[in-house]
Amino acid sequence: MMSYHVVIGVEVHAQLRTQSKLFCSCATTFGHSPNSQTCPVCLGMPGSLPVLNQLAIEMAIRVGLALNCTIRADNHFARKNYFYPDLPKGYQISQYEAPICENGWLEVSSHETAKRIRICRAHLEEDAGKNVHQPRATESRVDLNRTGTPLLEIVTEPDLRSAEDVDAYLRSLREILMYLDVCDGNMEQGNLRCEPNISLRATENDPFGTKVELKNINSFRFVRDAIEYEVRRQSKVLSEGGTIQQETRLWDEVQGQTVVMRSKEEAHDYRYFPDPDLLALNLSSEMIDSIRVTLPELPSSRKQRLIQTFQLPEDDAEILISSKALADYFEACVQLFPHPKTVSHWVMGELLRELNTRNISAQDSFMTPAQLIKLLQLVDQGSISLKVAREIFPELYAGGQNPESFVQEQGLSQVSDEGALMRFIQEVLLNHPAQVSQYQGGKETVLGFLVGQVMKASQGKANPGKVNELLKKALSQSS
Amino acid sequence: MNIDKEEVEHIAMLARLTIPEGEKEQFSEHLSQILTFVDQLREVDTEGVPQTSTIVTETNVLREDIPRDSFTVEQATANAPQSLDGFFLVPKIIADRD
Repeated sequence: MMSYHVVIGVEVHAQLRTQSKLFCSCATTFGHSPNSQTCPVCLGMPGSLPVLNQLAIEMAIRVGLALNCTIRADNHFARKNYFYPDLPKGYQISQYEAPICENGWLEVSSHETAKRIRICRAHLEEDAGKNVHQPRATESRVDLNRTGTPLLEIVTEPDLRSAEDVDAYLRSLREILMYLDVCDGNMEQGNLRCEPNISLRATENDPFGTKVELKNINSFRFVRDAIEYEVRRQSKVLSEGGTIQQETRLWDEVQGQTVVMRSKEEAHDYRYFPDPDLLALNLSSEMIDSIRVTLPELPSSRKQRLIQTFQLPEDDAEILISSKALADYFEACVQLFPHPKTVSHWVMGELLRELNTRNISAQDSFMTPAQLIKLLQLVDQGSISLKVAREIFPELYAGGQNPESFVQEQGLSQVSDEGALMRFIQEVLLNHPAQVSQYQGGKETVLGFLVGQVMKASQGKANPGKVNELLKKALSQSS
Repeated sequence: MNIDKEEVEHIAMLARLTIPEGEKEQFSEHLSQILTFVDQLREVDTEGVPQTSTIVTETNVLREDIPRDSFTVEQATANAPQSLDGFFLVPKIIADRD
């Protein structure tokens, strides 16, 4: 089969975290009983009028600025007309000719190289409702709670070249949306949706091929799987001399393949026109600047700062910034205990493992930064060994105890007292005369064995550094 | 401006209207007449007049992001031809897979 060059552009729908809908005051809470969050506006009743949600505008501007976009001063809303049962008005209010954000870019790193993905536009629109299909039922059920929830549709130029590129782009975008606190970023719950457009061409210099849009992808893994499947499918069609149909295909996660969405579900002729129910929205540069100054530090600059300030390896910084809460946790720890490498080691290792097991964010950690640091200080002071610290971590985390009192209660304190250690050492030296004479005959590698014996005799509580030191001393004296 | 029979069929499809074959010619005539009438607007000299989609000059009418009470489920579904367990019921959209 011939190998083709892959070209991908991505549309992402990010649900904005407002409390109320885009054009009415119904709540946007997820999971309430069907049709309990509707009103004349979002049900599309005659005579009702939409009024724009100010916070949704601000959130869109925040995203636009973070994605290096130009924010449009004169905004209009348009009607996109089509019939479907989840769209009670018969049209979706969207932005067509005048998107609020345009011409931006996002730098992502894929295949270990940095790549700038151009953002063509990001516009505001309202979400549709939800259709529920039950097998063999004669009707479909419609829940309009989601109808009118604000979405920001973020569209790239066709700058992506592989499933890995799309994965890297999506992850970076998601991090930014979460840092900006404008989206929950959960693909499984559908508040972040990804629709890639894929086409193939024989060489990089050829014009773009016919593109296929993929929908119904609800996890990062499925994004990769669906793109890889679609690339294989199109390659096969083209290799066999066929042509690609411009169409929308749905990812079927059970079959692991893409299937054509029936044309019945599509509408190509949207007849966009300006929505006469909404007034123009003019954004002054003062307003945009007032939002610009409130932007938080974004993941990419935070990563650079962590690398430079704390001399962390890039991979470590990448893991820490993957969630704002985790990076905040790390920095709170370093404030209390200025050993960034030790702290990052524990935060990325033991802590992250506990958080992942419980599927919670660092801000909901049972163990506070102060408690973690107390544990690290106990190790640092030689009160407990590193090994013990690691062993008791899960229990400490789950119980939320003070590490100091936990160590005392459990009798885990490391033995650093010279008298006590010397008693273990004398005993070991007496029981292993052969190794003692080997050591004294110049075979210094036996020292490790003897240290091990002392640790064993102390049931792991002896301070290994101290044992090493005292053992050497004892061996040189007894010769 | 002429709207031919094919265009009438397309518009009817978009509006989900069934137009009897015998009436299509009539609709073609009516729609063409309406457009020809509106076409007179082209005679107005609009040189130097900025394009607009509204005659209302007020802008930036916004509301704060505060949720308020919605309809009850009963109110929401009161006008529905069919509802069940709080859902609107509509003719089945997706065919069962074999």
